[in-house]
Amino acid sequence: MAVTASPERDIVATPMQRATREALYAGAIALGLFVLFIGLKTDQNISNELILVQRWGLLAIVVVLTMAGRFLYVAYGQPFLANQKIVDVATGLLPESVATRFFRLPYFLAAIVTVAVLVFLAGPLDGLLGPGLAGYARFLRALAIIYALASVLFYFRTFIHAHFSALGITALTLYPVIVVLVLALYGGSVAAGFQGSLKWVDNFGIQILIYVMLAWGLNIVVGLAGLLDLGYVAFYAVGAYAYALLGTHYGLSFWILLPAAGAMAAFWGVMLGFPVLRLRGDYLAIVTLAFGEIIRLVIINWREVTNGSAGISGIPKVSFFGLISFNVSDPNYIAKVFDIATSSAYYKIFLYYLILGLCLLTAFVTIRLRRMPVGRAWEALREDEIACRSLGINTTTTKLTAFATGAMFGGFAGSFFAARQGFVSPESFIFLESAIILAIVVLGGMGSLVGIAVAAMVMIGGTEVLRELDFLKQVFGPDFTPELYRMLLFGMAMVIVMLWKPRGFVGSREPTAFLKESRAVAGSFTKEGHG
Amino acid sequence: MQYFVQQLINGLTLGSIYGLIAIGYTMVYGIIGMINFAHGDIFMIGAFAALIVFLILGALFYSLPVVIALLVMMIVAMLLTSMYNWTIEKVAYRPLRGSFRLAPLITAIGMSIALSNFVQVTQGPRNKPVPPMVSKVYNIEGISVSLKQIIIVLVTIVLLALFWYLVNKTSLGRAQRACEQDRKMAALLGIDVDRTISITFIMGAALAAVAGTLFLMYYGVVVFSDGFTPGVKAFTAAVLGGIGSLPGAVLGGLMIGFIESMWSAYFSIDYKDVAAFSILAIVLIFLPSGILGRPEVEKV
Repeated sequence: MAVTASPERDIVATPMQRATREALYAGAIALGLFVLFIGLKTDQNISNELILVQRWGLLAIVVVLTMAGRFLYVAYGQPFLANQKIVDVATGLLPESVATRFFRLPYFLAAIVTVAVLVFLAGPLDGLLGPGLAGYARFLRALAIIYALASVLFYFRTFIHAHFSALGITALTLYPVIVVLVLALYGGSVAAGFQGSLKWVDNFGIQILIYVMLAWGLNIVVGLAGLLDLGYVAFYAVGAYAYALLGTHYGLSFWILLPAAGAMAAFWGVMLGFPVLRLRGDYLAIVTLAFGEIIRLVIINWREVTNGSAGISGIPKVSFFGLISFNVSDPNYIAKVFDIATSSAYYKIFLYYLILGLCLLTAFVTIRLRRMPVGRAWEALREDEIACRSLGINTTTTKLTAFATGAMFGGFAGSFFAARQGFVSPESFIFLESAIILAIVVLGGMGSLVGIAVAAMVMIGGTEVLRELDFLKQVFGPDFTPELYRMLLFGMAMVIVMLWKPRGFVGSREPTAFLKESRAVAGSFTKEGHG
Repeated sequence: MQYFVQQLINGLTLGSIYGLIAIGYTMVYGIIGMINFAHGDIFMIGAFAALIVFLILGALFYSLPVVIALLVMMIVAMLLTSMYNWTIEKVAYRPLRGSFRLAPLITAIGMSIALSNFVQVTQGPRNKPVPPMVSKVYNIEGISVSLKQIIIVLVTIVLLALFWYLVNKTSLGRAQRACEQDRKMAALLGIDVDRTISITFIMGAALAAVAGTLFLMYYGVVVFSDGFTPGVKAFTAAVLGGIGSLPGAVLGGLMIGFIESMWSAYFSIDYKDVAAFSILAIVLIFLPSGILGRPEVEKV
């Protein structure tokens, strides 16, 4: 609710007056916006007629909260932020000064003690506090753990910054092991460790990595070649259906179908590429969007092959190159081979490493391609198409290779998705998915692999965390379902992050190759009037 | 022949609604060069506002002439969506105006997701059916024309005339056209660019609200996700007609309407959207800047 006031009044008004005025404006706007939508609710009565339910109390709460938020922001937030910059310049402490004040040793120790107390006394405390307060205790514990981890990360920030990629890959590789170990210690047995790790490995690990891979794939098209693609999910769908159909009908293995799905998606990438070669900017955007919708609509309506909206189920699982299977009935089932307890967690952990491998492949190919002529050509195309053409770069093949390469990784991710879910339906390939992937690419700072991975972690991980906030039910009553607000908050987060960091988390969109200094000209050329 | 004329009338009705939404896209694109992705959801908000007003009117008055009810619904919906679009522009687009091209597109997509989910959270995820408001059907030589269709086409024509007058004959329209051509120069000549852009958003939203009200009246049902498909089709219409061109938006809207109704009448109703999108792709191959769009001049 940015209400701009005229400059003369700004000078006269004290911050408090200004904040009050802004809060009143914000309140009036919020009242206007929400009076019909929050104040009244359309509901069906028993005879299926629409009736209106009145919720003026809720409306009042929302309006008051908006006013309070605006007031606090204008009265304290803005001066604080402005002040922060001045202090920073004066002391030479750059924006980190807030962070250094936030992460201090005493706080860190307090957090550690809180975690220790809450973990070791979990049993007695639960009994003492009752079910209501125990939820808060768990939330406090989670906060303390997050704070402690963040402090450690903050303390080693220069080291982390210097070795980011190596550390990141190590952390991702060890992640399932650590999760299983921690949960095994906590639960007291290895089986409990595996069982508990399901959620962490599947919902957080695999889910985030799929989006990382998709975003890295789209990054080739949008971030490197500068072609705005709003229909990327189409290639994801092609890959997923390729594996689903060929796997269920012909019983082909995942390892044969993975390249096949990639090739098929790449083929469709070229098919999309041809008609849009001459289009630029937003025309390109709408045609790619239309292409994504066409693929989805064809999948829905071509019922003989794709089974329509009902989708395809019973997609075969991936095996470890045919040596070890993850089907309980097979003779080479993993538990039988290694003589260990049966658990569904092995398959998830295997899938985790599979998608991690695919992600690393994508990153490796992207990094390598950027140093090859074709990658340089993509970046040149992004920076200036006309200059690119005048330098003799064939823009047709450059665009088509970008579409094909990006699509191929989408196809890989799609066939992995089909294998992981065991079920595909057109509902997984709606425009929203394309929008989320594009948002991750842009929020990550187009072209930066690390930034994109961070953005995927924040946006996807953040919305997954919402599923876990059960304690909110105690605050807002048992009917409250945090999942409902997932996409609402996701949309708002997209707006806020974009406003906060318009260039993305890692905002370096510089060409890989450019002239760092003007070539030194030999003295003999310059001294006698040669230039 | 009768069948054909019947489809023509259906297409005209549908096309009018698309055209009204498409104007919002094309105006915003013309003036600040961004795709306002949230526009489809503004349309949905308009339809929902009309629905809520309809229910309020139903609760307050025992019987009210349909014309007055429709008029009140339209006006309230227009006011409300104008406020939404105005706020969204201030909060989400204005701070990013000088930023790179994709930044406002991402906030627009974010706003679109947030708006449709806001309505889902506050109004519930179910379909909202309303009893038919206008049910009279005229039969002229075997062609049935419902009063609803006549209302839709008439309202669209009146609004387009008003809108044409506003853009071409008033100082506000002149300011808008000036901003469209060169924002910096317009600012130097004393035009309040920010205000002009705000008004553009308000005008687009008002037209989308009318489209939403007409949509509710025509189909008799609305749901929170209704913003997406009409929004995308209207955007397709705007691009087809040449984005940035106002007559192009109307023409594109009508074309999409005709393609859809003809395809579902003569071929298959399942593939009507596929047909509309495919024709868009084909047209753009031959006319890369749409039917009435100005070809972009490439400068180095």
